Amino acid sequence: MGIIKRLKMNFTWFKKFFKKKRARIGIYGPPNAGKTTLANRIIRDWTGDAMGSVSVIPHETRRARRREGVTIESNGSSVTLDIIDTPGLATRIDFHDFMAFGMSEEESKRRAKEATEGVIEAVKWLDDLDGVILVMDATEDPYTQVNVTVIGNMEARKLPLLIAANKIDLPTSSPARIHSAFPQHPLVPISALEGQNIDLLYKEIADHFG
Amino acid sequence: MKGIQLDLISEDKLDSMTSMEKVRLILDEVRNGKILVLEKGLTPSEQNKLIELTMTEIAPDDFAGIEIESYPVKQTSTLLSRLLGKTTLKTRLTVIGQAAQLKTIKKDRDLISALVSP
Repeated sequence: MGIIKRLKMNFTWFKKFFKKKRARIGIYGPPNAGKTTLANRIIRDWTGDAMGSVSVIPHETRRARRREGVTIESNGSSVTLDIIDTPGLATRIDFHDFMAFGMSEEESKRRAKEATEGVIEAVKWLDDLDGVILVMDATEDPYTQVNVTVIGNMEARKLPLLIAANKIDLPTSSPARIHSAFPQHPLVPISALEGQNIDLLYKEIADHFG
Repeated sequence: MKGIQLDLISEDKLDSMTSMEKVRLILDEVRNGKILVLEKGLTPSEQNKLIELTMTEIAPDDFAGIEIESYPVKQTSTLLSRLLGKTTLKTRLTVIGQAAQLKTIKKDRDLISALVSP
């Protein structure tokens, strides 16, 4: 066995021995990808509680929320995580977009301001995570800057990343398109809303973050 | 002649700048209505800085943010880096403009198609 391979194995063992008891996992993605819907499903399935409210209006989640000590069991193995549901990442926030949903100008401007603060908070959280579940809307083009940025960050930090290709209950969804865009990362096609493939997601979570 | 100013910034120029200088230059030029094409894109941490700073500058009826398009980073490795278990992330060409001016039509692993409006 090569010296380097042996050193790497020893380092892996060392890391396992001293690894943190609980991994801190962030749920990331663009606005309206279904991050909070997924967070609610995970928290509800394993604690009976909920994380936050969901809405069709973008940037419903404007503050990161942390739920500590969520134990997920799958195929005889279990993992305990701190789960952080983050505000949707974006490079543009226009208050007119909220007015299109019937909000008043004042309310829209306030929501836009809070949304910008939420994006900053989500970016800051990247420094304090042990892994990420990146939620992508499987009906949308996967090559968005948000996806590229989150994946680039995780690769640069050598942290585990799991892609949840969400909204497979919709006829136009294409998890295969996401897989071909980012083939180097594990992907689970899911419907966070309807619970499709959610057990498969739990298995992947236990495998990758355990 | 009227039109949109397009600035193509070379890899050498970008390499000579600090992260903060790059981010500041991008935001200043984009807010002045220019479209920037960076020969070598931003690192993931520079992208974070750019997003953060953009968010602090968004103001109603003045600046709604930026449109930034880049290809996924490429992982490269040499024989030595493979032996050491290391890979290098190579950033790629990036296009940036004001959200109100630049709209992506189509994007895939090796093609960015965008519409620029005055």
